[in-house]
Amino acid sequence: MSSIRQAKHQRIPAFLRSWGGVFGAGWLIFMFLASITARWWRPYDVAEQDLIARLQGPSSEYWLGTDAVGRDLFSRVFTAGALPLQASAVMVLVAFGIGLPLILIAAERGGRVEEAIGRFAETIMSLPSTVILLAAIGAIGNRIYPVMMIFGLLVSAALYRILIGVAKSSRQHLYIDAARVDGMGSIRVNLAHVLPSMARPIAVQAAIVYAIGLLIINGLAFLGFGPGEPQPSWGFMIKDASDNIFNSPWMMVPPGVALSLTVMAANALADALAGPLGIPEYTPPKRRRTISASPAQQSEGTDNLALSVRDLSVVVEGGPTLVSGISFDLRQGEVMGLVGESGCGKTMTARSLLGLLPAGVEVSSGSIIWQGRQIAGLPERDAIKIRGREIAMISQEPMVALDPLFSVKSQLTRPLRRFRGVGRREARRIALELLRQVGIVDAERVLRCYPHQLSGGMAQRVAIALALTGSPKLLIADEPTTALDVTVQAEILSLLRALVAETGMSVLLVSHDLGVVADICDRIAVMYSGQVVEAGTVAEVLEDPYHPYTMALLGANPHVADDAPEPERLAAISGSVPPPGNWPEGCRFADRCQFAASECSVAFEPEPAHVDGMSLCIRTGELRRTGAQWAPEHRGAELAVESEAP
Amino acid sequence: MTTTVQSNPPAIEVHDLVVRYGGGRRAMKTPPAVDGVCFDIAPGETLGLVGESGSGKSTIGKALLGLQPPTEGTIWLHGKDVTTASLKERRTLASELRVVFQDPYSSLNPARRIGQTLAESLRLIGIKGDAARARAITTLESVGLPSDSIDRFPSQFSGGQRQRIAIARALVRDPNVLVLDEPVSALDLSTQAQVLNLLADLRDEHKLAYLFIAHDLGVVRFLAHRVVVLYRGQVMESGPVEDVTSRPRHPYSVALTAAAPVPRPAEQIDRRAHREALSVGSASTAPPDPKGCPFASRCPLADGQCHAERPMLRLIGGQRVACHHAEQVGVTWPPPPN
Ligand SMILES: Nc1ncnc2c1ncn2[C@@H]1O[C@H](COP(=O)(O)OP(=O)(O)OP(=O)(O)O)[C@@H](O)[C@H]1O
Ligand code: SF4
Ligand code: SF4
Ligand SMILES: [Mg+2]
Repeated sequence: MSSIRQAKHQRIPAFLRSWGGVFGAGWLIFMFLASITARWWRPYDVAEQDLIARLQGPSSEYWLGTDAVGRDLFSRVFTAGALPLQASAVMVLVAFGIGLPLILIAAERGGRVEEAIGRFAETIMSLPSTVILLAAIGAIGNRIYPVMMIFGLLVSAALYRILIGVAKSSRQHLYIDAARVDGMGSIRVNLAHVLPSMARPIAVQAAIVYAIGLLIINGLAFLGFGPGEPQPSWGFMIKDASDNIFNSPWMMVPPGVALSLTVMAANALADALAGPLGIPEYTPPKRRRTISASPAQQSEGTDNLALSVRDLSVVVEGGPTLVSGISFDLRQGEVMGLVGESGCGKTMTARSLLGLLPAGVEVSSGSIIWQGRQIAGLPERDAIKIRGREIAMISQEPMVALDPLFSVKSQLTRPLRRFRGVGRREARRIALELLRQVGIVDAERVLRCYPHQLSGGMAQRVAIALALTGSPKLLIADEPTTALDVTVQAEILSLLRALVAETGMSVLLVSHDLGVVADICDRIAVMYSGQVVEAGTVAEVLEDPYHPYTMALLGANPHVADDAPEPERLAAISGSVPPPGNWPEGCRFADRCQFAASECSVAFEPEPAHVDGMSLCIRTGELRRTGAQWAPEHRGAELAVESEAP
Repeated sequence: MTTTVQSNPPAIEVHDLVVRYGGGRRAMKTPPAVDGVCFDIAPGETLGLVGESGSGKSTIGKALLGLQPPTEGTIWLHGKDVTTASLKERRTLASELRVVFQDPYSSLNPARRIGQTLAESLRLIGIKGDAARARAITTLESVGLPSDSIDRFPSQFSGGQRQRIAIARALVRDPNVLVLDEPVSALDLSTQAQVLNLLADLRDEHKLAYLFIAHDLGVVRFLAHRVVVLYRGQVMESGPVEDVTSRPRHPYSVALTAAAPVPRPAEQIDRRAHREALSVGSASTAPPDPKGCPFASRCPLADGQCHAERPMLRLIGGQRVACHHAEQVGVTWPPPPN
């Protein structure tokens, strides 16, 4: 099976692949090592005074100058690093030592335990931390480590607030349940599975808290709570420098730079650990593409043609082709199904019609003629006039289309006012009408609802109503019922059918379910590896498929006729869809095809098939003549070991 | 559901299972996620569990696995009461009762090699080192994966292959009962067929008992011998899978079977007409009246008795049906499509 991808071992941790991470980690390690070893290599003792060379700038004798009593700033700055770097680390350890167990227990037990721990954390967080710190110093004296441990306790409550959500979502992973089913104890589950999956947020928070600790320690030193003279500290050195700011402004530089670089390093490390933010956003293509096919080449004699796609190719910029040479027509009022396995390019094809391809993915050639106009690679400012008004889209996850922060009413009336130029009152009336049109009985109540108050089926109805606000002539429905229960799916399919009959719009339905396509579509295009491999009317293609891939998909479907016996084994297709960039020469299905022969490995043209359809198989004619059928698996076939990955 | 008298106890037997999420007074007011469910599964048999989302299918699986403690009821594994088995007892039980989850992406720890995942499970029963490795390799091969998979990470496998690994993980301790919680729902059609064939092969080879949770009746019909139809935590109908899918006797089962589309356009036109003639209502979010039939708010046959009295399971033909008017179903209702 070719889909076992080659192992790509990345020995360098991700956070060290950015400059911030290298600087952050590098500086902290350097400063730490330099400061704890300073006593052995520093040129002067920290207390050694040279009263002749007071308040000096850098010189060959004193590299970073001297302070008001002639002590060497170079020696003092490096020596001063040791205490804050270590005390802050102790604070971080205490904070996580207290916080993490509480977080893990709360996430595991939930309910009352979580509530109690949450209350406790909130109580601690509501205490004024500065006052407590000063009170602690008052009580236990000027001892930095115990004071920072108390501060660590306060911080652990904040950590709880930040990390409890991470812990809870990490417990949702099914592998945690699987480990528990194994009989693995609670502590082991937490150590082996929960904590490692939280490693990144924990590391980020640790770096942030560390930076805060450094600032607090030096802030306290600035106020006079720190290592007593003559022991140096950055905070006290800054205080000293500010007292002498008019005599020797230079004095501020060494401790100031050391402190800010160290705090910056911890923050840079936190940023690098957090990694790049989220997924790349959609940016519609800005440039106009060179489009090869001219509109004149449209198929002739098609009076009510709404959409005509010719030789459409979609590529990743500087990367593989995702969709190649797709052609199909869609008439007014017609419903077409685009089917195929995941990764065949169905979604990319559908999105290219709306100019909504992900960043870095673009139409490279071919044409999309919509109502006689070329819309492939249209600049955003023109595409936006078509999107929503003429061509609308609904997706698998209705909640993606609905904004959780706004009521159904405001989500429907805003586009209505924009698309139809109507007033507030009229928009509300149309919104109600649309909700009734999508089969919502208590439209008044639903209008006041927020998305989270709607069930999946209801949300999909509202999403369809939203798509209808611009009175589109083409609706692109990407797996509109995949996330729904079968009874709800049936309702939505009936609704779409009624809408097509009522409004005369066309629908392009993306689905992997041949039953859904049989229910609602007039025509079908079967996709495999970025190509259409068979097209025609639904009745012809599904009742009498020409292409081996279509035959196999039908054979893999367990929905037999009511009175037919269930097959012993289904017709599986061995292997999996080859990833883009890894498509074989000639027929892309050849690796998995039961009928593959030598002629299949050279490029060939689609054969006409059905009425006005096609089949992209060089052996189409021969297979038809011999009446070839895709054979189901024999018993036990799945137990045979796959061939090794290439 | 007691079948014929057997010398061997069923692999799994569940009696009057009730599961509530959460505790306290508030939780007692909401209807339980699972409400009085009974079933049994013989060795080598597959019981399908179908119903819409939220009907309590996975909760039943979790209760069997000890992931969610039952509120009431009893669970027997090979005749032994395991309802309140402790974690320690579970560790030995875990060898007999295993699970495969729906999502092949979330059910394997992405940071661990396949071998580590399998070995972790074996270590808990004292098999370590080379012995564990050898057993892991044999198991991987038994689900059709090459032995070098053991040193790879989950990200290097496709969805179907990951599901095979999840099955291997379940099989590595040589169990005899598997809870399969929607094991093929996240897979593509061709991969789904591979995994279904594999599950059928393994069952026939090792005489495994499956609790097969699914929402797709076609898939259930392929793999299961008997089926339980669940609605809002209650059993609406149960019986041999051919009977329930081709001659459903409960209005909800009728709606469920009619709603599943088939990839044969001519047949689907009839089915669609049939489905639209049923006039079964959409689900409402309001909880049903605990006194009456849970399906009453959607049922075209509902009358006063349905709202006042909760129907008990009755044996009609080969099926058990919880409906006051089951005799009418298939006779005077549904109406012929016009
Ligand atoms: N943003 C992207 N950048 C690069 N490649 C992508 C991107 N999004 C998707 N792809 C690749 O494009 C190919 C086609 O993806 P597409 O999502 O269109 O397939 P699909 O048939 O709709 O699959 P599914 O049924 O899973 O949605 C896949 O191989 C996928 O890996
Ligand atoms: S061209 Fe050859 S390999 Fe491709 S589908 Fe046809 S017979 Fe199979
Ligand atoms: S008991 Fe009444 S409401 Fe419930 S399913 Fe039967 S007929 Fe319908
Ligand atoms: Mg898709």
